[in-house]
Formats: sequence, structure tokens, C-alpha cells
Amino acid sequence: MKTLTCDVLVIGCGPAGLAAAYEAKQHGAQHVLLLERNDELGGILQQCIHTGFGVREFGEDLSGPEYAWRWIDRVRDANLEVLSETMVLSVDRSRRVVATSKALGLIEILPRALVLAMGCRERPRGALAIPGSRPAGVYTAGTAQRLVNMEGYMPGERYVILGSGDIGMIMARRLTLEGAEVAAMCEILPYISGLRRNLVQCIRDFDIPLHLCTTVIDVRGRDRVESVVVSGVDERWRPVAGTEREIPCDTLLLSVGLIPENELTRMAGASIDPITGGPFVDEGYATDVPGIYAAGNVVHVYDLVDDVSEAARIAGRSAGRYVSQAPRESGDVVRLKAGANVRAVVPQSLHVSALEEGPVVLQFRVRQPVEAPVRAEVRLGDRVLVSRRYRYVRPAEMVALTLQPRIAGELGDASELTVHVLE
Amino acid sequence: MPEAPYDVIIIGAGVVGAHIARQLSRYRLRILLLDKAADVGDGTTKANTAIVHAGYDAKPGTNKARFNVAGNPMFEQVCGELDVEFDRCGTYVVGVSDEDLVTLRDLYERGVENGIPGLELISGEEMRRREPGLTESTTSALYAATGGIVDPFALCFAAAENAVSNGVELRLETEVQGFLREGDRISGVSTNRGEYHSRWTIIAAGLHADDLMHAAGLDSFTITPRKGEYFVLDRTAHDQVRNVLFPCPTPVSKGILVTPTIHGNVMIGPTATDIDDKENLSTTAEGLNEVMTGALKLVPGLDTRQIIRSYTGLRAAGSTGDFLIEIPPERPGLLVLAGIESPGLTASPAIALHVVEMLREAGLELAERPEFNPVRKGIPRFAHLSLAEQEALIAQDPRYGRVICRCETVTEGEVVAACHSPVPARTYDAMKRRTRIGTGRCQGAFDTPLVLEIMAREYGLSPLEITQKGGASHMLVRTTKAVAE
Repeated sequence: MKTLTCDVLVIGCGPAGLAAAYEAKQHGAQHVLLLERNDELGGILQQCIHTGFGVREFGEDLSGPEYAWRWIDRVRDANLEVLSETMVLSVDRSRRVVATSKALGLIEILPRALVLAMGCRERPRGALAIPGSRPAGVYTAGTAQRLVNMEGYMPGERYVILGSGDIGMIMARRLTLEGAEVAAMCEILPYISGLRRNLVQCIRDFDIPLHLCTTVIDVRGRDRVESVVVSGVDERWRPVAGTEREIPCDTLLLSVGLIPENELTRMAGASIDPITGGPFVDEGYATDVPGIYAAGNVVHVYDLVDDVSEAARIAGRSAGRYVSQAPRESGDVVRLKAGANVRAVVPQSLHVSALEEGPVVLQFRVRQPVEAPVRAEVRLGDRVLVSRRYRYVRPAEMVALTLQPRIAGELGDASELTVHVLE
Repeated sequence: MPEAPYDVIIIGAGVVGAHIARQLSRYRLRILLLDKAADVGDGTTKANTAIVHAGYDAKPGTNKARFNVAGNPMFEQVCGELDVEFDRCGTYVVGVSDEDLVTLRDLYERGVENGIPGLELISGEEMRRREPGLTESTTSALYAATGGIVDPFALCFAAAENAVSNGVELRLETEVQGFLREGDRISGVSTNRGEYHSRWTIIAAGLHADDLMHAAGLDSFTITPRKGEYFVLDRTAHDQVRNVLFPCPTPVSKGILVTPTIHGNVMIGPTATDIDDKENLSTTAEGLNEVMTGALKLVPGLDTRQIIRSYTGLRAAGSTGDFLIEIPPERPGLLVLAGIESPGLTASPAIALHVVEMLREAGLELAERPEFNPVRKGIPRFAHLSLAEQEALIAQDPRYGRVICRCETVTEGEVVAACHSPVPARTYDAMKRRTRIGTGRCQGAFDTPLVLEIMAREYGLSPLEITQKGGASHMLVRTTKAVAE
């Protein structure tokens, strides 16, 4: 087995991996190697042929492939080494990576630092235990997106979409444009789980019937889906008798959530936050295994690719510094905990010394939407260190809150800060 | 010109029919194996509990007891010859009350009467030491050392492949619609693809055995589909469940068990509900709720967030409560196997041997074929190989270096091999059962487009022609831009 060495190895060449690799090189890593399982770089961006990417990063409204190519060009110009069509089989705590490809067979890679950037996957039907038969014609929205946009095939003619995630909404529009009919989009929650702009541009503008507080309680059909039965639900998500309705369709698309892809992270021995589904990270996106960093959707699922690139830059910078600078005493660590109406805070911990050097952005989602002004607070015990107002908060839209270096002086020997969202 | 008759036609390529075909392929016979589905093993064989039962629970003196006891010790040899994954890991029946203690003792005694070796009653503390996740109310358990777990799909398709390699003709998507008769004698079958003549016809049609019996004028036996719903959990749940754990049986069912599968997942189920429709493989909210409740009773800490799939199997519950295995005197030329429910999987290799002897006694001449080869080699399973073996395989065929199912680490090489095996995987579901693609935590979200492309290429088809499970179960309906008029 061939053995390769490098300063920083990045697993995954989606937006996170590309940004992390590029940034690692800018911050001291001489030899950066990227691994990608597909034949081209860019990850899921390549099948996202709609626009809405890059407004923050490039000041332009780009399609997914265009956004990807901007980064691929940066990586090429920086002379980073890329192995595509290469799948990682294992990782361990010492950062020994074994990967396989048609071209090279098995390879062992021994990097000095490792950035995990595998992205996320879609929640499948089984995870929801939707009752009914098991005919052909049940797909996740992302699989349908790949089939339509990259392979050129339509998985069906008449669709019901369960869930109102962003990919589901974008596919509702896409399929309509391809001449198919989207009979209904059903969301079990009383509000959509994707972005407002997609609701407007993909659902309302295309007159797609959206049913909130509604779920699929039966899938019918033997060979191919013939219909689904939808039902209204109560506040505890239980179907309400008498509200059932059968909708004829040949395809059920699922857009019911994304899950960080962390099998390799677990193999590497990093601890996983059960709430986010990603590894516990500090302000530099270091996991709790020395020399292993996490970038983008493996940490927690983002709404916007621009934010993925931004967070991945930090991870890449940390990895670059890890291999190029003398180790430093890391000093006091403060944990960041979720308080009122906050689901989880990323990063989960913060080195006071890092905060002294520059601002640290906290990212979190609320549990419940509030369509009225709220304030987010960072507290040390009962003391409010930071307070910021927002016009509204929604679970679909990640909230960012910046901690300024000046508050480092107020932390004393604090071990924990809490983040709250209050009306 | 009418074709020369077959010596034997076997209706049904489930685990029983496939093993009969394989055993008969030892002899100079012209054999036809028929199934109405697009793949072998598409009925009860594909959706059951996948346990090789020790045999303590079948009533002494019944066919169930006889063939369970005879079939169980054959698994090392059969699975060895056929390259099928099997683990004689032992099984447990767990008692959670004082009444259960009585049940366990009864089971133990019944097992001794059936001649089952390796039975042992153990204390609740010992049971919890062996399985720390079990409920604290565990009072005792029956350990059966000869119980095990097997890959039920492979047990069937491997036997079918071995039969085909030894000269058996297999016709799929061929549904028997009636029998050819010469007076009382059955002389063949009529199907959707025409008539086939034979000297002997064997009904091994699982749920539909009674319908075929009725078509042959035999009205004495009926089969009621008994629905069993199951959940499959992700491999990560394997840490929580080390052993095959049955609850104490009730008069109506063996109960909801919690078990590791041979593939490293955890499976919970089944329910037991009699229904009318033999095609009804739907799961229900009530059934899945019952499975969950039952499993948590045994293993309270089971992480149900790790569920990746649910499915339903139908047991062929016969009207006599026992396996029916006979040559009905009023229908010469016909051999009937009906009501082969649990422990049918365990019994299948022994039933096959017995069927051969029945045919011999009934006058079928069985001349051994010296070229018969009992060994079938499965396709390589990349994920199970050592690094050195993986490296050698990729060197030989680079397609084994390309992983197309990330959750189960299945390579393009394996999918290609399954397209060219003696019983090719013509459908997506068949490919799942051959290679494990799409059976992991993402349930095919990643591999589906890749697998469709590879299957289409290997079979010289358009991806539009690939089905999930035959019939009209097409996975894609048209190309983009090809909007219907």
C-alpha cells in the first residue's frame, strides 16, 4: 500500500473542504492534499443549479456550480494537490487515513493535521417510520435533484413532497419547470423548515399547495407509488382523525432534514454533540482529538453556503497554524451552553486566549419561531455580557452573534456562558 | 413441436424451492425452477427474522420439530458450501417475571424432548451480565447454544445460483396459472409464458401454496397470511445489543425479539396479525408502535432514533398449524409443501433432502451426476476483506477500488459481479440483497443514481428500464425535457 504524507489533509471537496484547504495553505501549511469521492469537485453544489449562492462571499448571486468553480479555481491557483474518485475507508486518532480509488488502489495517508469536511446527508423514509407499502417512487429530495439536474432523468410525473426543507422547495419549482406536477407539499410543523425566500420564489410563485401541520400517514401502491394519504396533526404531531385525504401521485419526495455525516469523525475518536449531530468544536473548529478539525456541515447544518465557506476558513486556518506554529499553552476554556429557546451553540467551547486575539462568532438556532422583536443574550451566570436585538427569529435561519475581545476581561475564572433568546 | 417434458418443475424459488432445486441438481434430471417475481426469494424468504432456530419450541412429533432439528446442524456445511454468512451465536429467551420462569422450564423440557443439545437455564443476573442492556426485571433465561443468525437472502439466492450452475433452468416473472392434467395425474403447468410439461411438479409457493393446491383440486388446506412488522436499526445500535433476545412466548406468538443481524444491524419485531391479502406488505402505525413498545420492554435503553428502515413480512400460516409435506395420493405427479412458516428457514435444507427421498421412493430415478459441484462462490465482499486482500482485488479489477455505497462500503466491482452471477440481480432490490447497497443509514440516497447507471450499462439497458422489483416498479419515468404531449 502506497503511503503519502502531507501537512494538512482535507476529506471532502465541497464548499467546506475547498475553503478549508485554501485557507490552510494561506496559514502556513506547505503541502495540502484534498480527497474527493466524486469525479469532480464542488460536492452537492454541482447539482444545485439554482441561484442564491455567493452574495456574501463574492457579492454576486451565483448558481451552485458557479460558486463551486470560483473556489475550485482558487484551489487550483494555489497549487493544492487533489485526489478525486477517492473514498476514505478509515481514520484513526493518530490521523492515519486509509482511502481507496480505481487509479491508486488503497493508499495510506499520514497528515500532520486533518480537516473533516464530509458534509451532510438527508434523513431517509425509514428514520420517520412512515407506514405503508414499499413501492418504487420514494426518494429524498436531494437524490431527485441529482437525478434531474445531473443525470437528466425524471423520477416521476406527479409528486407529493413531505417536509419543507430548502431542497424540497427548490425541487418543487424545478420539477414544475420540467413539466411535472407537484400536487402538494406537506409540513408537519406549523411553519416551514426552509428559508423564507424559497417559500416565496419556489412555492408561492409556482402556486404549489402548501399544507402546514400535515403529514403523510400512508403510502399506497404495489409496484410504484399510486397515492399517499395525508392527515392534519395536533400540536403533538399526532394525526387528527377525520382529516385524512388521499392524494394520487407517483412519487413521494422527502425533505425532512439533513444529518451531519460523521462516521469518519466517530472513527477518529472525536466526541459528538448529540444535539447538533456534529463533533464538539472550539472557536477554531478543533475537535477534541488533537490535530483534527471539522469544517462546514459536518459540524452542524448551515442554511447558506457562504456561511459554510466562512466557518471552513476558520477550520483551515487552525489546521494551517497547527502544522506551522509552535504549540501554545491554550489556557482557560469556557463552555457555551444553550439557554432559553436555543437549540445548540457552535462552537461548544471557547479559549479565552483566542477571544483576546479577535472576535468569535457564535452560531445557533432557536427552538421556536418568534415573529416579533427578540433579544439574544450571552450571560455569565445572571450577568448579561452581550445583548443583541433581532427583528424575528426562526428555526430555519441560523442566528450569528459576535463576542468581542473586550468581554474576555470580564470572564474571570468563568467556566460556562449561556445563550438565551428572549421576547 | 412440443418440448420434451421436464423431470421436475418446482413452483416457487424461495428458500425451500431453491434448496430443493439444488439438491435435485445432483442427479441426471431436467429441472425447471419457476417464480412469479423478478428475483428469487421475493416472498417470505426476504422478510423474516433471519434466525436459525435451535428447535426447542416446536411441538414434539410435528414436521416443524422434525425438520427444525434436522436442519439446524446442517448450516455449517450448507453455508460453507454456498458461501453464505452464518453465525452460530446462540440465542436467548428472556424471562421477566416469575410466571416466565415456568414457561422457560417448559421450553427447556420440550427442547430436551426434541433432542436439542446445548440448552441451559441461566439466572437473571447471569443473563444481564451477558447482555447489560436488558431490563432490570430480567428473572431468568433459556440459552440455546445451537441457535444462530443467517443471511436469509443469501441462503436462497446462493442455493439458486448453485442449482443454476449445476444445470437447473430458472425462469423468473413466470407465474403458474394452472396445472396440466392427464386424468388425475399432474403433467405440468400453464403459465403467463406458456405451458411446461413435467413428470413431477413441486409446489413450494409459500403464501400461495394453498391457491395452487386448490387449482390442482386439493381443497383440504388453507394458508392465512400472518403479518409481521419489523424495524431495522443502524449498525451503531449494535453496541447496545450483543445477543439474539426473544421474550417469553405467549400462546399466540414468539413475541417481539431484539437481535443483531448477520450484517451488523439490529432488528426488532415482528408483530403477528392475521390478514386477508397475500400481497399486503404495508406497515402500519399501530404495528410499528407495538414493535417499539415490545423491544423497549426487553432493552429499555434501545436508541430508537437509530431506526433506518421498517418492513413487513408475511408468514404462510397453515390451517393445520404444521408444515404440510406430502404427495397427495389423489394427484400423482404432484408434491406439495405448504404452511412452511417459522422455522421454515432453518428447516429448508432438511426439507430439501427429504423431498429428494420422497421422490426417489415414489419412483423418480436418481442417477448421480459426477460433475455436480456443491460449492458456490459468492461475489467478493470488499468491506469484509483485509487491507491486503482489498489491495489484491483492486489490482486484479480496479472497479473494486470505487466505493459507490458509502454506508455499507460496497464497490462498483461488486455491483458489476452481481450483474453477471448465475442468478443476476436484475432489479434494484435484488442488487440490495446481493451486495448490501442502499441498506445502510442513508437508504440509497447516495448510491441510487450510480447503481442505476452501472446496471443499465452492464445489461445494455436504459436506466429508464431498471425497476425496483420487477413489473411496473420503474425507478425513473422519462428524461428531462421530454415533456409528455
